[in-house]
Amino acid sequence: MNALISLLRSPLLRPLIISLWLALLLLPFKGIRAAGVLFITMSAAIPAFKFLSGHLSPLLKNIHSSVENIRRYLPADSRFLFLLLVPAAALPFAAQGYIIDVTIISGIYIILALGLNVVVGFTGLLNLGFVAYYAIGAYSFALLNTKLGMGFWSAMPLSTLITVIAGFLFAVPAVRLKGDYLALVTLGFGEIVRITLNNWDSFTKGPNGISGITPPYFFNIALTTLSGYYYLVMFFVVIAIILMRRIHASKIGRAWTAIREDEIATAAMGINNTLYKLYSVAFGAFWAGLAGSLFAAKMRFISPESFTFMESVLILSMVIVGGLGSIAGVILGAVILVLLPEVLREVQLYRMLALGAGLVLLMIFRPQGLFGGKSVSAGS
Amino acid sequence: MFLQQLVNGLTLGSVYALIALGYTMVYGILELINFAHGEIYMLGAYLSIILLGFFTAIGLTSYSLYLSLALTLLITVIFCSSYGFTIEKIAYKPLRNAPRLSPLISAIGVSIFLQNYVMLTQGATDKVFPSLFGGAGFTFLSTRITYVQASIILVSACMMLLLHAFIRKTKTGKAMRAVAQDKVMASLLGINIDTIISVTFIIGSGLAAVAGLMVAMYYGLVNYFIGYSAGIKAFTAAVLGGIGSIPGAMLGGILLGLIESLGASYISSEYKDAYAFIILIIILLVKPEGLLGKHLEEKI
Repeated sequence: MNALISLLRSPLLRPLIISLWLALLLLPFKGIRAAGVLFITMSAAIPAFKFLSGHLSPLLKNIHSSVENIRRYLPADSRFLFLLLVPAAALPFAAQGYIIDVTIISGIYIILALGLNVVVGFTGLLNLGFVAYYAIGAYSFALLNTKLGMGFWSAMPLSTLITVIAGFLFAVPAVRLKGDYLALVTLGFGEIVRITLNNWDSFTKGPNGISGITPPYFFNIALTTLSGYYYLVMFFVVIAIILMRRIHASKIGRAWTAIREDEIATAAMGINNTLYKLYSVAFGAFWAGLAGSLFAAKMRFISPESFTFMESVLILSMVIVGGLGSIAGVILGAVILVLLPEVLREVQLYRMLALGAGLVLLMIFRPQGLFGGKSVSAGS
Repeated sequence: MFLQQLVNGLTLGSVYALIALGYTMVYGILELINFAHGEIYMLGAYLSIILLGFFTAIGLTSYSLYLSLALTLLITVIFCSSYGFTIEKIAYKPLRNAPRLSPLISAIGVSIFLQNYVMLTQGATDKVFPSLFGGAGFTFLSTRITYVQASIILVSACMMLLLHAFIRKTKTGKAMRAVAQDKVMASLLGINIDTIISVTFIIGSGLAAVAGLMVAMYYGLVNYFIGYSAGIKAFTAAVLGGIGSIPGAMLGGILLGLIESLGASYISSEYKDAYAFIILIIILLVKPEGLLGKHLEEKI
């Protein structure tokens, strides 16, 4: 028996057994041929990978240290991001409509991810239903616009305010919870908002969504062109980055960091944890509401389909891929996750598969995110 | 009407209870919300359709329906347990000592992966489970109970009794309870923690596989996204009963099934899916330790 076990664990047989196991798991779903292909590729790939990783380790170390170098310069001072302002301002003159369009979407997601980063990265409160605030922002903007005829500049502040109030009201009972429980309650909140939007036909038009949202005006010019809209979104992205930097360095921001690192010690320092957590949720909700308004004004049509749990996961992935708590990292994460599916159009079917596998691999090999600093103990 | 909804709720509730057991056992030992558990149930539903199709193709179903059903159940359970075992080894084991957020994100990643894995290999359209018994059943106290419903309730009850006996009477069960109470102490006493965690995942996934097969039989239709909502509802059931408590998961599952079924017929069927979340939020805010759970003081 022991001889058998040691035989099974021998370095020669082990890759074969792992490949056979995975191939067997695939068998009922994809048939015998695909399982065979998987078995052969895996049993060749595992030893090859082991062999290569021995030889490639200097190269890998190089890559790693260059990522570390980039990282070291990145979050130390996110002011460097403002160097990007000039190329960003010039983009609409140089690029095609498609690229501008993708950049606008990235901008909206950057605002969302920065907002979630306040809650998850700065304060360490895991939120799995951030999309609820985004949805409330988008729907209140759309309703104010279509039902009351309010323009962008009056509807946007009001819908953002509504989102902040909604976030605050929900957070008052919820922030008493910790870790996983808080994550679940936020998930539940996100789902309740989506189900309500889907079913309250008389108010939200249910699954049909709201159409006919008017475009924003800048003085008397309708921002119907992509470049006009591009500058609008970039304006808010810049404001978001400035405010994030300022608040993170302020008394409130330091209180958030303290809460993230050790709640009990923070309370012992005389900080009202609950109050600062509420600030954090409200500040995060503010950006979600703003992003929701921008999204509704850009698409001019919204429906509950845009606000599913997967959307929450996507925004959270942006924060985590880039690096919890790092402003530059979160922006990069948002850009990467918006751009990747656009670049890899041919394999778009596999992008969610890759996102899932990528999240697992990231957690195993680089839990602090691609550009994050030291690990952040959120949700402990 | 009321009795009819009670039966429907009990059927649904026993399925939730079976899935909730997997959540509660894993949470009891690893303190991890195993987001991928709902997907195991979905894999079970798919596997049962695939296997039954295979047995029909080779003529076993026409030879003996019950034999092919039993074989389908057995193989589905074996496969799902293997999936659960493999997922734990790949996605959770390397993160045993990581901050709490990491395994949770990893679990969400596995869940996304499995959903898309099934969508890509089996297609995005609904899969149909062959109607084996039609609507056959019996009438009891002017309430119509189909054989499928009756067997779901019976099989779930048997599974729960078996699990209870396993946890209470066997040595492995005792070791599982010890690991749930104190991992370090249990390992000092010579319990192999890794084995116990694997056993937990294998049992939980097996129960989810049974639930998957029975739901496929009950509704007749499955899709690659059924795992998410069933998973969240089952987790709600586990929290309702008291997370970490096995009788709690059973009670919570059945209560949740009854609430959903009665709520759908007496309050509003459109918001049927929202009830679980509303209950989840209320329970977590009012009594986070659940109905049968123990209140734990926070350690400093």
